[in-house]
Amino acid sequence: MLLGRTANGLYWMNRYIERAENMARLVDAGLRMALTRTQNASEEWNSVLLSAGSDASFTQKYSDYTAANVADYLLRDTSNPSSTMSSIETARNNARMVRTALTRETWESINEAWMSLKRMLAKPIDERDLPNALDAIKRETALIRGSFYGTMLRNEIFDFSQLGTYVERADNTARILDVKYYVLLPSISWVGSTLDNYQWESILRSVSAHRSYRWVYDADYKPSNIADYLILNVRMPRSLTFCYRFLTEHLKFLGDDYGERHACHATAAKTQAMLTAGSIKDIFDAGLHEFLANFIRDNTRLGDEIAQDYRFY
Amino acid sequence: MAPQGSMRLAAFDEMLPEVSGLRKPYSAYDRWLKEQDPARLTEKMQDAERVFRKTGITFAVYGEQEASERLIPFDIVPRIISGNEWRRLTQGIEQRVQALNAFLDDIYHRQEILRAGRVPKELIAKNEAFLPEMIGVRPPAGVYTHIIGVDIVRISENEFYVLEDNARTPSGVSYMLENRETMMQLFPELFQQIKVRPVENYPQLLRQSLAAVRPQSTKGAPTIAVLTPGSFNSAYFEHAFLADQMGVQLVEGQDLRVVDGHVAMRTTEGYKQIDVLYRRVDDSFLDPLTFRPDSALGVPGIMDVYRAGNITIANAPGTGIADDKAIYSYMPEIVEFYTGRKAMLGNIPTWRCSEPDSLKYVLEHIDELVIKEVHGSGGYGMLVGPAATKKECEEFSKKLAAKPSNYIAQPTLALSTCPILTDKGLAPRHVDLRPYVLVSDRIQIVPGGLTRVALKEGSLVVNSSQGGGTKDTWVLDD
Repeated sequence: MLLGRTANGLYWMNRYIERAENMARLVDAGLRMALTRTQNASEEWNSVLLSAGSDASFTQKYSDYTAANVADYLLRDTSNPSSTMSSIETARNNARMVRTALTRETWESINEAWMSLKRMLAKPIDERDLPNALDAIKRETALIRGSFYGTMLRNEIFDFSQLGTYVERADNTARILDVKYYVLLPSISWVGSTLDNYQWESILRSVSAHRSYRWVYDADYKPSNIADYLILNVRMPRSLTFCYRFLTEHLKFLGDDYGERHACHATAAKTQAMLTAGSIKDIFDAGLHEFLANFIRDNTRLGDEIAQDYRFY
Repeated sequence: MAPQGSMRLAAFDEMLPEVSGLRKPYSAYDRWLKEQDPARLTEKMQDAERVFRKTGITFAVYGEQEASERLIPFDIVPRIISGNEWRRLTQGIEQRVQALNAFLDDIYHRQEILRAGRVPKELIAKNEAFLPEMIGVRPPAGVYTHIIGVDIVRISENEFYVLEDNARTPSGVSYMLENRETMMQLFPELFQQIKVRPVENYPQLLRQSLAAVRPQSTKGAPTIAVLTPGSFNSAYFEHAFLADQMGVQLVEGQDLRVVDGHVAMRTTEGYKQIDVLYRRVDDSFLDPLTFRPDSALGVPGIMDVYRAGNITIANAPGTGIADDKAIYSYMPEIVEFYTGRKAMLGNIPTWRCSEPDSLKYVLEHIDELVIKEVHGSGGYGMLVGPAATKKECEEFSKKLAAKPSNYIAQPTLALSTCPILTDKGLAPRHVDLRPYVLVSDRIQIVPGGLTRVALKEGSLVVNSSQGGGTKDTWVLDD
């Protein structure tokens, strides 16, 4: 038996842990672009903010898209509810609330991540230290994930946690693709320019997939392959299909355990069916941007339905 | 009662009294201690802090900026009580707890003790802790106060006094358990050399005790839950800890509602009935329909369910009348009235400032006395005369004269001391003791308790909110 409020806490705890890490990844990709390309750096930082869903609030506070401003806003600004610091704080508050549902190892890893990141992000990060700071953030969230997977019982508590992780991850990957969808559209020349190459690498890097891409596809970046990798590849842990494979699986466990199916089951199954039936060519033919916009909308609806169906509030 | 002077009294040290030398309960520990490298002990002290911070055993201090989470300082020198001392203490505590429950039952029914003139009527009638809503209500199994933390101080080898009866929602038991856990992690060898009685079964005993007082109508095993005001409450860690250790749900007011005459919690599969609620929410917040209408921490209608006998609330609403500081001074009479025997555990002499003669005395001797608010707790709003400045005493006198019935006064007792580890080695500090008592169809007292220690030299205030720390408390199996 699980309280609706506890299920809600687990779900959001994991969404925010995922988000804390995604922010670091986005800044990492932006930094890479800024370092390798001197022109149009501010445009790149703008894309990073758009992917993070934080562009509007950023421009209220800053006028320049500089590495220092963006990194500060996405990593340590507590007035930004999605910054790494805010996210880890929200994740910990949720963890505190659902503490009785967590193993000691899981709670301690979250608590320690919060303590260490709070210390690290207390002062503005010197640009020279930025790569180290990004590594530290990814390491802390990896430790949380490790203790979580290593010690948690695979029951409803685990299911609701995973739902949070994959709803957030799917949203993140879809947004990254949508912000850059135009660089993935087939162009007249099949060989991308140097500029395109950087853009493509940046997309892969923001989901930590720039190395594994080469293990799966040709060495050269090809827009349709990149889109295929991030949308349809079922082995790639941040792809939309991968996320939905687990979302439907955990929803099925819950449905079987409770002996009841809800609206969220139908929504997840519909998206899952669309992802497994389609080829990347179909998606491009129908319009990549439209596909992604629909996906993001349905994914948000799934989150709302889970909250309602399982009495989060 | 003999008024005490304001001089610093020579305190009785429980390990090494000046007169008689090392006391026997400490002999084995002292032998071990002498073999230890002081640098290693300092290291262990730091280890202890790391353990506490990592596990998040923190508390919030009200009124401080940032409402930050702080650790209660932990001292690694145990407070040791012999088996014999403990047996004497527990007899006194059991008697007192029986009397407290009998008093509560009486005060909400026939009020024999008032008719007999042993406790003044107006003390009850005018008391905010008395809940008229409880008149005529008999809780399941007839138990009012299920969990009690009796604060005990020691003055000498054979003198123990009760400082306070915490009969509402005593806290701190998680520290008793974590202190022991930490000590066993830090010094496993000590527990092999010295037989210390275990405390770790407290959560199981609590669960059994709560299950034993379930409503009569409960079929099968009762569903138990812990009600917390929420994760921003200063004692939230403890609420979560106890729910976790007992294997029951930790609920908030927003999770609960009355469904078909029962209190039920919102789960992912719908509403599920609760039979026993261990609430850590104050009376006034419990039911917005009966008490404070603005409370979001309670359950609308829970009092109706309670009166219908469909839920056990532990502790029962209205138990505060038994541990009220104004009632405290009548405890010797109360114990004798209900148990037919003299109280085994003494009370500290108390001046009730509501009485003109006492008020006069207290105002004249304010620099010698400890003055407490009748309804206060946690060491807030009290004056320790000998430690206060002249100006503080004068200001407090004004408050006291303005509302005398709000205060009681007690002599400044030389609380016993116990050594703590400081930078300069062992140093004596004042301590008190809070053993935890469980009442169901029987009374159980876990051998141990929470020893609170005033870390500042000479200080008599042991409350954690005022800079106090804690120690592991050992009852020897001898």
